[in-house]
Amino acid sequence: MRAFGAIPIIARLTLREAFRRRLLWVLVGLTALIVVLTWWGFGRIAESSPITGPVQILGISQVTVMLAFMFSFVLAMTAVFAGSPAIGPDIESGLLLAILARPIRRAEVLLGRWLGLAVVLVGYALIAGYLELGAVVAATGYVPSDPLVGPVYLAGESLILLTLAVVISTRVASVAGGAIAVVAFGLAWMAGVMGGVGQALDIKILHGVGIVAALIIPSDVLWRGSAGALSPTDSVLTAGGVNANLYRFSPFSGTTPSLPWLAWCVIWVVAMLALGIVLLRRREV
Amino acid sequence: MSGPAIETHELRKTFGRIVALDGLTMTVPRGEVFGFLGPNGAGKTTAVKLLLGLSRPTAGEGLVLGAPLGEVSARRLVGYLPELFRYQGWMTAREVLALHCELARMPKSDWAEEIAAALALVGLAGRADDRTETYSKGMQQRLGLGVALLGRPELVMLDEPTSALDPVGRQDVRRIIASLRDRGATVFLNSHLLTEVERVCDRVAIVDHGRVVAELSMADLESERGVRIRLTGPTEAAVGVASRLGPSRIEGEWLVVDGLAVADVPALVRELVAIGAAIHAVVPIHHSLEDRFMALLGPEAVAGTDAVARSADSNLPEVHP
Repeated sequence: MRAFGAIPIIARLTLREAFRRRLLWVLVGLTALIVVLTWWGFGRIAESSPITGPVQILGISQVTVMLAFMFSFVLAMTAVFAGSPAIGPDIESGLLLAILARPIRRAEVLLGRWLGLAVVLVGYALIAGYLELGAVVAATGYVPSDPLVGPVYLAGESLILLTLAVVISTRVASVAGGAIAVVAFGLAWMAGVMGGVGQALDIKILHGVGIVAALIIPSDVLWRGSAGALSPTDSVLTAGGVNANLYRFSPFSGTTPSLPWLAWCVIWVVAMLALGIVLLRRREV
Repeated sequence: MSGPAIETHELRKTFGRIVALDGLTMTVPRGEVFGFLGPNGAGKTTAVKLLLGLSRPTAGEGLVLGAPLGEVSARRLVGYLPELFRYQGWMTAREVLALHCELARMPKSDWAEEIAAALALVGLAGRADDRTETYSKGMQQRLGLGVALLGRPELVMLDEPTSALDPVGRQDVRRIIASLRDRGATVFLNSHLLTEVERVCDRVAIVDHGRVVAELSMADLESERGVRIRLTGPTEAAVGVASRLGPSRIEGEWLVVDGLAVADVPALVRELVAIGAAIHAVVPIHHSLEDRFMALLGPEAVAGTDAVARSADSNLPEVHP
């Protein structure tokens, strides 16, 4: 029997469930509405703002990053609410009993569930993210510094939270698990802000807290990458009369994650999934 | 394949300080319908989960179809209906069965035939394309039975398979179990319903407090027949006559003969009348599973079975000449 051959079966089952339960259609409908509203809203800003020229573009860039932050929050919540009932409720209801009695490993169940949800979430994050950015560009002409990479970081951030929620769901009931994941997301973000302030003001203890928090849950690293990719280029900043170095201290600024941090994000996901497998294997069904 | 279908040795499972299974040792030969019988909380479902590798034993070992407990590949040949049956409510019965065909790694070319056969067998062909969330409990249990029968498994483990079924459904389950036996499959029937077990099983293990307290074949139980005859007259001579047919003794006004087939009772009565005995009552003795269960576990354990509910039909028939 092929090792891990059942992962695609469970992933497909998860995808079918997402389609059948209309989760995807609700997301598509809401996203279409938000994209239209974004295009309309940014269009009004561009047309009606008393400020024009480079300063207006700078203002639009800030609203764009704020929009991305709100979108990252929506993605994080979607990840948590999709991931936290991934395993636990199926054990409690007995749904997994019949499946686990088949020639399938628990690791395959966990990885299949994660993969199915990840495909839904990443697909949604990328499609919705690019559509949103497209609406901003179409309405205002503002092009962020790295528009193609921004949504990828957002998708990565949601993947981190999905992984956390799925792993927690192996042991904790869905509502409690969801609450834990949301709190963890919030703490990671706050610790990231504190770390940023610590770094800017050279307060080592704050900077250290930010690094430790990012090592524990690296979602903020990717959010900052996204914020950086969606920030204005240095030339836009200069034209708007803003010192590019000073702009780095803004909470709306971001930094491209270094390669070691990106590697850590991948290692973190793999390690968490391994932990989830161990937890699920030890769980009585 | 040779060797027993199930073999366990001192299988033990504890949950913290609670002992769910306390040294389960048993052997289930291939091709038998094996009843695993015990009161609520005796450890029956825990045993099934250990055998299927759904739970890990605290101690002990076992083989299922020759493979160690928990061996994933062995589950390809096992069908299972859980006590807590639940299937994806957003799927139709046909889709649930297709999912299990895929999980059991059956060739895709066999799926349609397997699914149609399972649906027909459990009586769900007419509702095959309805979502299972619209099913009654009984229909969901029928679906579970269909899932367990996919792919002609060598071992079928049924955990309380009739708990949600009406009398017609129970009869269907008996018919399905008989057909499984006919094709040589082993059936492990986990139940606290004495009547169900008695009707379909070849052999039973009675389990209590996590241990097998008795193992007996239905053939043995059948042979444990006899008759009680209330008579007056030449009692000594009556014992002499009866002893030729089986161990006999006098208990008050009753002549008790063990190991006597029901068919031999009229001849015995004729012989007793011939030697001048006056016959007042003839009561066939049938050692039911319930009797054995009572004797082993006491009335408290029987309260957890269906024996109380069926006490009316368990009364021994009295025949008065």
